[in-house]
Amino acid sequence: MNFPILSAIIFIPLIGAFFILITKGTSTNIEKNSKYVAIFTSLSNFLLSLFLWYSFDPTTSDFQFVEEKKWIDGFINFKLGIDGISILFVLLTTLIVPICIFSGIKSIKFKIKDFFIMILIMETLMLGVFCSLDLVIFYLFFEGGLIPMFLIIGIWGGSRRVYSAFKFFLFTLLGSVLMLIAIISIYWITGTTDVIKLLDIRIPHDYQYLLWLAFFSSFAVKLPMWPFHTWLPDAHVEAPTAGSVILAAILLKMAGYGFIRFSLGLFPVASEYFTPLIFILSVIAIIYTSLIALMQDDMKKLIAYSSVAHMGFVTIGIFSLTKQGLDGSIIHMISHGLISAALFLCVGVIYDRYHSRSISSYGGLVDVMPRYALVFMIFTLGALGLPGTSGFVGEFLILVGVFQKSIIVAILASLGVILAAIYMLWLYRRIILGKIVHSDLKEMVDLNKTEIYIFASLAFLTLFFGFYPELLLNTINVSINNLMENYQTNLNFILDSKIN
Amino acid sequence: MQTIIYILPELFLSLVIMTLLMVGVFVKNSFKLVNLLAILSLIFGIALVLNQPNEVIKIFNGSYIIDKLSVYMKVLTLLFCAFVLLSSKDYIKANSIDKIEYPVITLASTLGMIIMISSYDLIVFYLGLELQSLCLYILASFKRNEEKSTEAGLKYFVLSALASGILLYGCSLIYGFTGSTNFETISNNLNESNTGAVFGIVFVIVGLAFKISAVPFHMWTPDVYEGSPTSVTSFFALIPKIAALSVFIRFMYVPFINMINEWQIIIVFLAIGSMILGAVAAIGQTNIKRLIAYSSIGHMGYALAGLAAGTNAGIQSTIIYLTIYLVMNLGAFGCIFMMKRENIFYENINDLSGLSKNHPILSLSFLIIMLSLAGIPPLAGFFAKFYIFMAVIESKMYALAIIGLLTTVISAFYYLRIVKIIYFDKPKLAFEKDYDWGLKFSLALSSILVLIYFIYPSILIKAVSSIVIY
Repeated sequence: MNFPILSAIIFIPLIGAFFILITKGTSTNIEKNSKYVAIFTSLSNFLLSLFLWYSFDPTTSDFQFVEEKKWIDGFINFKLGIDGISILFVLLTTLIVPICIFSGIKSIKFKIKDFFIMILIMETLMLGVFCSLDLVIFYLFFEGGLIPMFLIIGIWGGSRRVYSAFKFFLFTLLGSVLMLIAIISIYWITGTTDVIKLLDIRIPHDYQYLLWLAFFSSFAVKLPMWPFHTWLPDAHVEAPTAGSVILAAILLKMAGYGFIRFSLGLFPVASEYFTPLIFILSVIAIIYTSLIALMQDDMKKLIAYSSVAHMGFVTIGIFSLTKQGLDGSIIHMISHGLISAALFLCVGVIYDRYHSRSISSYGGLVDVMPRYALVFMIFTLGALGLPGTSGFVGEFLILVGVFQKSIIVAILASLGVILAAIYMLWLYRRIILGKIVHSDLKEMVDLNKTEIYIFASLAFLTLFFGFYPELLLNTINVSINNLMENYQTNLNFILDSKIN
Repeated sequence: MQTIIYILPELFLSLVIMTLLMVGVFVKNSFKLVNLLAILSLIFGIALVLNQPNEVIKIFNGSYIIDKLSVYMKVLTLLFCAFVLLSSKDYIKANSIDKIEYPVITLASTLGMIIMISSYDLIVFYLGLELQSLCLYILASFKRNEEKSTEAGLKYFVLSALASGILLYGCSLIYGFTGSTNFETISNNLNESNTGAVFGIVFVIVGLAFKISAVPFHMWTPDVYEGSPTSVTSFFALIPKIAALSVFIRFMYVPFINMINEWQIIIVFLAIGSMILGAVAAIGQTNIKRLIAYSSIGHMGYALAGLAAGTNAGIQSTIIYLTIYLVMNLGAFGCIFMMKRENIFYENINDLSGLSKNHPILSLSFLIIMLSLAGIPPLAGFFAKFYIFMAVIESKMYALAIIGLLTTVISAFYYLRIVKIIYFDKPKLAFEKDYDWGLKFSLALSSILVLIYFIYPSILIKAVSSIVIY
């Protein structure tokens, strides 16, 4: 494989953004051209990543399509590569971005050119996170994403956008700088920041605890875990629909990916040691944020809190360190990526028409928007984990995994499933069913063509992976096995050397 | 005769200064001409500096040194001085301070700095320092008919003279305890048991810390930056820092190297203080020049952190930091020079409100420069901090690294505030768009460099890797 396909996938959006930047002419011309460039770029990138999936070999746990270039002389190489875990996130990203662009065409009213540029730059940075095989490169992409997201929230956001944008930026930055210290320390301890090499080098156990905590501080903020989640509801509520979608569907997954790749891969001893901490925080997150979600009147806030709860499931699954748990958490991340994106789009649909996110101002939409009611139903059921949707597969596998580790945690987490059903169904009832509460609602228009296509594709995937998760599981299977094997041997080796 | 070749750049600059004075006397309204000639001679000066032999040379009884460090720093000084003159031409004209003395005094000050950079002897060092300082006093109060500018000049003069006095006292103590003014001899005669010399070292550090405005000797900075004409402020924020940091490095690692345990802790505290103050005090500022002043205090803190590491990698990271800092601040002042309407230059950050609507490209430069100053990847400012913390953590100074990185988060707040004002707030009246080409060129160059630095970050590492002090 000589063609640097990963670099291509990462940098094509950037090139698209550059072309949008240099478009000139009348404002309608700019709008039209930049729209087409953005759609074309993001779709061709999606096709390219499908090709990547097609040529990906799921029978080996090695990193594939590895590219390496000298970057900073002597110590850091620009290294890319994917395995079974990262390719799914790459696909998720390239799928979600065109959807964001389509949704932005209608709902973004001003500076649409800049909006497309931001989304495409964002895509580059997100893909970079999932493909990088060097800690410094990873950090660069991970942090770089703050800039476009800050601007997306701040420029096109709602009334409290400035507050939310700052909170988002500063929270995440604060978490990440500690990770930077950890990365530099790793360099001085082991002499490299190359992830593949680091997976074989065993970091001495007395360093592991602090390093693990530094990485944790970054991922816990980004994921977000309770009690570091407070930026998320604000950011979600104020961001424009497309921003919320990117945030929920992809940005949160970067942290989950980070936990799997770095926390488990590099610091097995510390991961083992801190598992109870993760379990406690996650269980609190699941129950506490579900209860909060129950009481929200703002739809976006409700979905944001439910995201925190879902991410709690993911962390439980990851740190259960069982095959089922890890499988489940990855499937759950992908499925949550699809479902939360769809739910935010659902909110966006009625927000664009009625300009209110408050649940109490809606009611009885099923009479005027039957198609919308159907779509919303599918994703509501997906979010509460009904069998047949991808949400179920993830949650089920996670619970199976956790059950082997700790029955109490499994039981408490299952409580979250029930709570999710309560708040999602109640949300659905209040918005879609019942009487039409306001006469203006009668003028609401049902989904248009673009929206139908977007929702149909997401609904298809949600149901498809619900019935046939094997497709995803096949891709990650070998990589997960290898991850667990590595984890166990490293753990044993370090523990042995500690005893001697 | 042989030694003359090695001080050609200095000789050339002094000749140029005198010639330009003559030109100014005999040609009427010759500011434009003199300014142009000054820029050209600075660039020619760079060529002369680079033309020097590629080895360590000590001349005049070992009181003057030409080595990698001095060559690199001299090139930086001359280059950025040329850019400052180039980008501030418009401002100087509009504020009717376009007198021929302006470029001439700037050149004289630069000459003083170059002598400082190459000095290898306490007396030569002090001569260079005084030459540059005296010129800076004049520059600060260059806008004679304005109260603020005069105040800035006076304030700077009084405080700086005090600092020079302290520094000189320190030098005399060191001479007293080691019996020499030559750096190398001092280095040989100094050892841990020489308690008296420690006082000398402390006094010298105080004087130098004043020159680079490190906390707690920073008080003059915001006032002088705000009061001076912006063109002078941009000079202050960039050029003297090069010479002062260069001398700082030289002092710490040549004559005082045996006392590293004594001075390291002082530098660490200077660094921590500067980083914290630079981050916290800038939050409340509304005048962009004051804000830049506090931000430069913070940046000097990071540069000192690299210096405190006590390794060659630390020195190199300081030099890299300084270089990137210069490029970023050149851009920042380029942006400030563009905030004008009908020959009035605006300095309040609220005047930037909604800039992105009328000036998309200027706003983009502002965005890049501000985020780079905040140290957000993948912009150049991030790499500057990255190298510093690499060196600091290598020396196992974890507390310094953690404090430093936490202050970057705090300081990110006020840089983001500017971004917020530009991009999120309601637009105000547009600024004028007829910029001078030199200003456009230097702003475009600096923002593009800051933006694309990540493509080939080895370039600076390669440039400084040969600078090895000890």
